[in-house]
Amino acid sequence: MDVIIQNAKVIDPKNKTNAVLDLYIKRGKIAELKKDIQAKDVPVLDAKNLCLIPGLIDLHVHFREPGYEQKETITTGALAALKGGVVAAVTMPNTDPPCDHHSVVDNIIRKAREVPFHIFPAGTISQGRAGKYLSEMVDLKRAGIWAVSDDGDWVGDSLLMRRALDYASMLDLLVITHAEDHRLSADGVMTEGLVSTKLGLRAKPNASEDVAVARDIELARLTGARLHIAHISTRGALDFVRRAKSQGLLVTCEVTPHHFALSDEALVRYDTNFKMNPPLRSEEDRKAMVEGLKDGSIDAIATDHAPHTQEEKMLEIDHAPCGVLGVETSFGVAMTELYHKKVLSFEEIIHKMSVRPAEILKLPAQFGQIRVGDKANVTLVAPDHEWVVDPAKFASKSKNSCFIGQKLKGKVMATVCDGKLWQWEKIS
Amino acid sequence: MQTKTVLNADEVKKAITRISHEIYERHHDLKRLALIGIRTGGAILAKRFQAQIETMTGQKIPLGLLDITLYRDDLSEVGPQPDIGKTEIDFDVSGKTIILIDDVLYTGRTIRSALDAIIDFGRPTCIQLAVFVDRGHREFPIKPDFVGKNIPTAPEEQVVVKLQETDKIDEVVVMTQKDVTS
Amino acid sequence: MSGWTRKDLVGIVDLSAAEIGTVLDTAKSLQEISTRSIKKVPTLRGRTIANLFFEPSTRTRISFELAEKRLSADILNITGSTSSTAKGELLKDTIRNIESLKVDMVVIRHSCTGAPHRLAEALNVSVVNAGDGINEHPTQALLDMFTIREKKGRLKGLKVLFVGDILHSRVARSNIWGLTKMGASVVLCGPKTLLPPRIEELGVTVTTNLREAVKDADVINLLRIQKERQDQSFFPSIREYAIAYQINSEILKKAKPDVLIMHPGPVNRGIELSSEVADGPYSVILDQVTNGLAIRMAVLYLLSGAKSIESKKE
Repeated sequence: MDVIIQNAKVIDPKNKTNAVLDLYIKRGKIAELKKDIQAKDVPVLDAKNLCLIPGLIDLHVHFREPGYEQKETITTGALAALKGGVVAAVTMPNTDPPCDHHSVVDNIIRKAREVPFHIFPAGTISQGRAGKYLSEMVDLKRAGIWAVSDDGDWVGDSLLMRRALDYASMLDLLVITHAEDHRLSADGVMTEGLVSTKLGLRAKPNASEDVAVARDIELARLTGARLHIAHISTRGALDFVRRAKSQGLLVTCEVTPHHFALSDEALVRYDTNFKMNPPLRSEEDRKAMVEGLKDGSIDAIATDHAPHTQEEKMLEIDHAPCGVLGVETSFGVAMTELYHKKVLSFEEIIHKMSVRPAEILKLPAQFGQIRVGDKANVTLVAPDHEWVVDPAKFASKSKNSCFIGQKLKGKVMATVCDGKLWQWEKIS
Repeated sequence: MQTKTVLNADEVKKAITRISHEIYERHHDLKRLALIGIRTGGAILAKRFQAQIETMTGQKIPLGLLDITLYRDDLSEVGPQPDIGKTEIDFDVSGKTIILIDDVLYTGRTIRSALDAIIDFGRPTCIQLAVFVDRGHREFPIKPDFVGKNIPTAPEEQVVVKLQETDKIDEVVVMTQKDVTS
Repeated sequence: MSGWTRKDLVGIVDLSAAEIGTVLDTAKSLQEISTRSIKKVPTLRGRTIANLFFEPSTRTRISFELAEKRLSADILNITGSTSSTAKGELLKDTIRNIESLKVDMVVIRHSCTGAPHRLAEALNVSVVNAGDGINEHPTQALLDMFTIREKKGRLKGLKVLFVGDILHSRVARSNIWGLTKMGASVVLCGPKTLLPPRIEELGVTVTTNLREAVKDADVINLLRIQKERQDQSFFPSIREYAIAYQINSEILKKAKPDVLIMHPGPVNRGIELSSEVADGPYSVILDQVTNGLAIRMAVLYLLSGAKSIESKKE
């Protein structure tokens, strides 16, 4: 595919680019990046007043395939991601069957390529995510995984986790932990605190995340493995991460848009679209997440995109599954809550949503930057474009967003993934 | 709003005395007589009749107070539900002659409700109706046995019986909405 | 006019002191109906009320049913376990069915917090919460307040003590909202494991010491202790719970001579209170049952006007 994107403000923090330039994509590759590119018979996209940034990378999504295609498929998930400006994502292995076998990995990567979209799958830590025996990580890595995680099922067995970290570090695989002591969480459906007491909902304390993060960090220290804390949500857990980083451990973490944009007060109407895990925390925790993004202790913004059908989300709050959509709104929420509220600069947002995720995963050079000669993976955005989140317009198969009806400022206009252009909005 | 006084304090007093006399004349056997006043105006009047009859005869006849709200036929149309007053009928109505008392007789719907309510308390020998003002415009076949005053009215007029106990004055007024749009 | 304009009664948390007063006053007027030889008024004749009990309940269901009958409503009883609603019929389908059957009012008991709220949002007809999860049981709190007001003549300035499993008690939660609004002071007493976090921020006093707490209480409201809680380590044993938190004649010696003993029922005799207290002179447990009827009649009466309020708005 050939296209010239003209007059875009190219912002590439990694290469310290911040200038109005033209980008020439020739047969899917970035051929030129300079002012006033002239080429015959090449379609032109005038991106005046828009920003061209490295394609966004989401470290945490659930595309549900195989097993839960009623919620999302790799194709619909990838389209949703592309619509959100995301060019690459790490899929979590809690599929059915779980991603603990090379055939599952093959299937995921092949289907993503058809779109085309980049999936860097996470395989399981333990076989069947059962927390008993290690997964065949060598075989899985050969098949194409970039990380391991047991996702929602935290490895409660500390010995197994120690072995997993040791084994994964031998393969230079990132270990992603959904750190939660489930026994401590009991049957809680929201975070424990004044709001849960007011609403009369069963609750789980921050401590169920804090203790799990603390243990995992200590095991990372013991093993020297690369540990990535998924969807951090408590100030306590963040303090553990800060300490680990200051001590030079290879610990990174991500936060979801909903955990820095919303707090537990959102549950007042018992709306299941605000039920997720980790749950929306207190306002103090939310502020701590914003602070963590600002001071750099939180490395990345990842969505934990978790589609569920309307039937499932229509259940009573105790019975409805946890999770919300993310990929189509993450850029808008980040811009609205962080850029326009002057928490982060635009470069810093790109850093958290593209540059740093690529570094954490150790992705090839075509991700997290805009460089001549690489396959084009870039996103065209309008930082000031206002829009209202409308589930009818979602590319995702599901509608369970916690931002429905919200006005966001900052929109993805077009995405180039693996050299293919997807234009979402009319560009003058 | 135009207000016209139809009965002054003195006339109100006289009417009460007259009705009380009429009741006594028709029912010498006071042992079988009982009064039931419809809240709120009828209840006050009933107390006055009771007192008047006691002055005349030395006998205190049983008095019940009835709130007909729960028996109204227009509940589903009225919006916020009306307050319910307490119904206090502490005697057995069966075998009694009941004088049902209300302040203004208009469509007859209130009386219909009251008859239903009384019957839920037992089987009176007979029920007679005493009203202070009959303003006409009946929608049900109901006719009073004792009337303070007949006041022919137009439907848009309002008849208000004011009583010392609640309004600090005894009088009956007819109010006319001068300009409906005002 | 009563001034009542709510379509639903889902929680005491939403009510103002004036609205609570309206329900109590209305109930006061309705009490007399149950003493008549014909215990029935035609007020809700032709109206259909569906009682949806997705969680086992005898007392509340019977009380609502009798209240509905006394007001001449037609009744539709639908019972089911929560598990079947979770896996089989969705709340949404229940809603659709109710609409198709042209029901005028829904009384719902559900083991999940918020189910009545979701139902109230989805339906045009009135919804009464008959207990949701560990959240609220509004009619129970109203009848408790009514009973206290009947016996003590007021609510303002009284000290009402709740003893037991506050954490899982919708009765306590509804009463906390109601009593604090009505100017009573609320004291909660139970083992620390059964006290909700930061509950004192709702304007109540919290203690774990029963002997101290009973001293100046005007009312002691006991909450049912569920035996299965010991399996989840909320307390070591029923025996120990009774040692520490049972109200018996011994502990009542420390209480005011005119203290009222209340219990939402069903009573675990010998656990949260001793039999001699349950049947003793302080106990108003049976008055609560009687008053529950008047309160539920009052709620149904007040809400039955809501439909016309709604249609007037349109």
